[in-house]
Parts: sequence; structure tokens; C-alpha cells
Amino acid sequence: MNCYEAIDLMGDALENRVPSESRPGFDEHLGECPSCRTYLDQLRSTVRALAHLPRRRDTSALTSELLAAFRNRPR
Amino acid sequence: MSEIEAPFLARLKSGDEAAFAGLVADLGPGLFDFARTFTSSPALAEDIVQETWLGVIRGLGAFEGRASLKTWIFSILVRRARTIAARDARLRARAAARAAEVEWEPGQGRRGLWEETPVPWSVEDPEAIHQSHEALVVLQSALDGLPEMQRQVVLLRDVEGLSAGDVCNILALSETNVRVILHRGRAKLRQALDRYVRDGTSDRGACTEPMGRIAGRGIR
Repeated sequence: MNCYEAIDLMGDALENRVPSESRPGFDEHLGECPSCRTYLDQLRSTVRALAHLPRRRDTSALTSELLAAFRNRPR
Repeated sequence: MSEIEAPFLARLKSGDEAAFAGLVADLGPGLFDFARTFTSSPALAEDIVQETWLGVIRGLGAFEGRASLKTWIFSILVRRARTIAARDARLRARAAARAAEVEWEPGQGRRGLWEETPVPWSVEDPEAIHQSHEALVVLQSALDGLPEMQRQVVLLRDVEGLSAGDVCNILALSETNVRVILHRGRAKLRQALDRYVRDGTSDRGACTEPMGRIAGRGIR
């Protein structure tokens, strides 16, 4: 497998969903290509960091208008 | 629908105000962040969220729970946002300015993904970059700067943690499209973190921004 094919599979790799027929070639490529290996590691760290982003704003306050709409909704 | 969600939905449908308040508190911040991807105006984003909740209230009686509650509510937001934000001219101007960027396509290798050979981040545990507050600030600002659709897909998939299938449904995109857009967005975010880590720790003095240097030490 070359870099082009490996890169196309990286999204699958992040979800541990690389098709089984491609798995050996993909693993072999990562083993011999530091660029792809580093890139994939860093993508994985990026995705993990995204899950840790703090919420910026808590405007989840329930407005009286919304609550009234909920109370008076047609059943 | 999950087993946990069915009783909750029943409470909502029966008019349980505490359940509704809990739902608003739970999803409100995420909905607001997502609404911001459709408009440059925070006030308009608030309108979109408000309209979304009114849509939820109106639609609750007919909602059968075939999708999860969260997916259903985010879908309502997309419909409201597209109507409301279509009037926001700045949005279109922004989209046009970005059309010129080189974007990654499957089969194109690293073109649009990385310019320089990726160098491992000089941190003890690259996985732990999320423990650096400054890195998260950098990440947030890079996320805010992504082209609209990439920002939407990354927000739903990686920040909200929705499944790829749910993201397709919410944005009415094909699986292939979502996959490509997600990779483009993630690649730009990786690049932003890469720049931050390397400038912050580089001795070439490439970065004069104090935050980069201080933060660089922080995650070593």
C-alpha cells in the first residue's frame, strides 16, 4: 500500500473500521512510513482533544417564553 | 431509541416541565455552538436555537422516536437555521471567499492535508494534548475558523459525539461526503495544533505570541 491509499483509509482507522482486506497492507504501510504514522497519531490526538473542548457559554437558561410554549402546547 | 430514552420521551410527551428543562439545559449549549456555524451573528444564533425549541415543542406529539431525541432536535435546528440564515448575506460572502482553498480529495494523497512532513509532537504523551488548556483554546479558535460545512460536521461528530450515520441524516449529506468533509476539517485542526506545539517549543523564535511559548512549555 502507498501513502495515497493509506491516507484514504485514515478516517476508517480512527474508528477502527479499516476493512479487513485492507488491514494488513495498511498496517504494513504505517510500519514503514513515519509520515503517515505521525499524521495518523496526531489526527487521533486532535479528535480526542475535540471531545474535551469546554463549553463556552451556558445560555441554556430556560426562558419563560419557552416554558409557556411547552405548558400550552396543543396535545 | 435507547431504553433510557423511551421513558424520558414519555415524560416529555406528558408535559413534565422538569424533563423539558433538563433537555434544554443538556442540549442548549451544543445547539448554540452548532447554530453559530450557520451565521456570524450571535443574536441570530440565539434566535435559531429558540426557534428550534419551539419546533421541538410543536413536533413532540408526533415524534415517534425512530431517531434519537438528540438527532431529531439537531435536524430541526438545521431546517430552522437554513431558513433564517439564508437571509444572512455575510454567510454567502464568507463561503465564496473560501471556495478558493485547496481541499483534500480522496486519492490525492496528502495534498490539502499537510505541507511539511509531519514531525512527532515533542510531548511525552501526544494523546494528552487535550490536558493543556492552551491547546484547547487554539483548537477552539481553529474550529471557529473552519469553513461552514467542515465546522458543522466536526462539531456534530467529534464535539457532540453523534454517530456518522446521524451526522449524515442531520445535514442531509451522503456518507462519502461526510467522510471527506470530516477529514478536511480534522486535517486543518491537526495543522493548527501542530503549529501551536512546534512554534511553542521551537528555538527558532518563529512564534512571538506569548501564549504559544507559555503553552508550549505547559504540554512538554
